Amino acid sequence: MFSDFIHQFWPSTIDGLSLGAVYALVALGYTMVYGVLRLINFAHADIFMVGTFAAMWTVKTMGVSDLGGLALVGAILLSALVAGAVSGGGAVLLELLAYRPLRKRGASRLAALISAIGASIVIEQLFATIVVPQVFDLPKEKGKIAQAYHFVHRTDLIDIGPIKIANDRLIIFLGAIMIMIALDQFVNRTKLGRGIRATAQDPESAVLMGVNIDRVVTATFLVGGVMAGAAAALYYARFEEAWYFSGFLLGIKAFTAAVLGGIGNIRGALVGGVALGLFESYGSSLFGSQWKDVVAFSVLILVLMFRPTGILGESLQQARA
Amino acid sequence: MLLEINDIHVHYGKIAALKGISAEVDEGEIVTLIGANGAGKTTTLKTVSGLRPLTSGSIRFAGEDISKMPGHKRVLAGIGQSPEGRGVFPGMTVEENLLMGAYARRGNFSKELAEVYELFPRLAERKSQPGGTMSGGEQQMLAIGRALMAKPKVLLLDEPSMGLAPKLVQQIFSIIVEINRRGTTVLLVEQNASQALQIAHRAYVLETGRVVKSAPAADLLDDPQVRAAYLGGGAEAQVGAPAEETPRDAAEAGPASEEEAPRGGAATGEKTPPVAAPTRVEEDDESS
Ligand SMILES: Nc1ncnc2c1ncn2[C@@H]1O[C@H](COP(=O)(O)OP(=O)(O)OP(=O)(O)O)[C@@H](O)[C@H]1O
Ligand SMILES: [Mg+2]
Repeated sequence: MFSDFIHQFWPSTIDGLSLGAVYALVALGYTMVYGVLRLINFAHADIFMVGTFAAMWTVKTMGVSDLGGLALVGAILLSALVAGAVSGGGAVLLELLAYRPLRKRGASRLAALISAIGASIVIEQLFATIVVPQVFDLPKEKGKIAQAYHFVHRTDLIDIGPIKIANDRLIIFLGAIMIMIALDQFVNRTKLGRGIRATAQDPESAVLMGVNIDRVVTATFLVGGVMAGAAAALYYARFEEAWYFSGFLLGIKAFTAAVLGGIGNIRGALVGGVALGLFESYGSSLFGSQWKDVVAFSVLILVLMFRPTGILGESLQQARA
Repeated sequence: MLLEINDIHVHYGKIAALKGISAEVDEGEIVTLIGANGAGKTTTLKTVSGLRPLTSGSIRFAGEDISKMPGHKRVLAGIGQSPEGRGVFPGMTVEENLLMGAYARRGNFSKELAEVYELFPRLAERKSQPGGTMSGGEQQMLAIGRALMAKPKVLLLDEPSMGLAPKLVQQIFSIIVEINRRGTTVLLVEQNASQALQIAHRAYVLETGRVVKSAPAADLLDDPQVRAAYLGGGAEAQVGAPAEETPRDAAEAGPASEEEAPRGGAATGEKTPPVAAPTRVEEDDESS
């Protein structure tokens, strides 16, 4: 068992990093919406799921297969753009339909949470019964659509002694890093980004500064959705499958990553995502892949026992965006 | 009138917090609202700045009915507020907080920034300290400075002296006078009624959501009822002194040394209240 771990150390590290980067991108959406509205947007998982279908649709429409090198980079980039646009639009729509009406009536947090769960089920069933059968000519039963459209030709790009890095892993990791840098610039350098940070830290003061909260909320959902969509395209490049229920487990893990890093804290989401990906990957090489989720969630519980606000979570009020 | 509050009623759920408040603030004035805890002072300010909706009544600002204007647009219209409890952004630096004050404006704010730093040298020393780690008094300066960054026509101040050492209270009041002298109208809410009445031109006394008295501030200082209800006791023992005299009560109660005691009788024009000459917030010896 331990010798497996040693043997598998570099491959599991690389797998963990690339998967963790995807968790981190999705976690950002949870953490930003939480920061601004103090709402756990459970339907965010399904915004991710929608993105995986958008990515699959892009691949199917391009009609490509067996891509490597720059052609693969281009195909993933295109699918990420399409999925980002679809998921971003979906997230904005979700907020308009499921959350804004409640917010305007001053409904309780609990009501918004119920609405989030309801929206999640609606999106899943919409895909299971209408979108998937009609858009992808797949059988009508709600089965798993595994191994749908392949387009990646996997090769080891980097091969130094024990460290082998496959092309898809590298593209996923670097792609995720670039999106995170773009987000950091947006949040810290743009006016709207400052408005988002101000709203997260003190919504009433933000209004007194002239921040339009509705616009901030829309921007937050848009940005969170775009990142979930891009993450979905990266995820599709890795696993090449889409399923109406695929958001569920991934969403829970991304949410876990957000909590692990300290919910409301953007850098925390990044750290939490990568940490969770690594734990899961190491856990799987130590105990076998059927144990990977057990290991990941056990670590979550342990961390929260000693740091209830998460790895980077100071008090929420102090949270730096 | 720059600001006219006409018979406003405001509710929190079913609870009526304001039951028909009317008040006016003319350009260039310092007007103060005083009253016991829960009288509705904060609610009045929040309603003016658009954080609370009106049940009935109206608010006019600079000749325009702003009753239905969303809060975030009232900043550009010219209403700035330093809220109760300061409301600084804890995770932003002092300078970022100040720049948030200019969020609604376009262009270059370096002039206003320099002006705020000149009024509050303490903020200039701590430009890159996170707002959340500033002391209470420093946060108060930050909140006032931030509100000024929007170049408001009227500045709403909600208990600017809350929780401050007596010496700092004195300085904050001097700065309010200076801000007013430079052309900003001030609507001031204070628990520290004697200080507020000494720098204000006019005052309204609020009780459980209603205005029970309105008069020139100096008259209220001599009003036996007001004195009994709001000016009694302790540090405010000297309040009976004529308004023209230096408000040295608070300064003396504190650790301030003599040379820092404010001079009285500013002669800076008719709009200036009959009190403390502008002094800047000097460095406090106890910190840094
Ligand atoms: N968020 C709220 N929910 C319910 N009631 C509120 C709320 N805020 C204020 N109130 C009530 O409205 C009334 C007026 O409160 P307000 O804060 O305006 O008083 P205040 O004059 O500013 O008091 P203080 O001097 O203590 O700051 C009080 O009875 C208070 O309990
Ligand atoms: Mg109050």
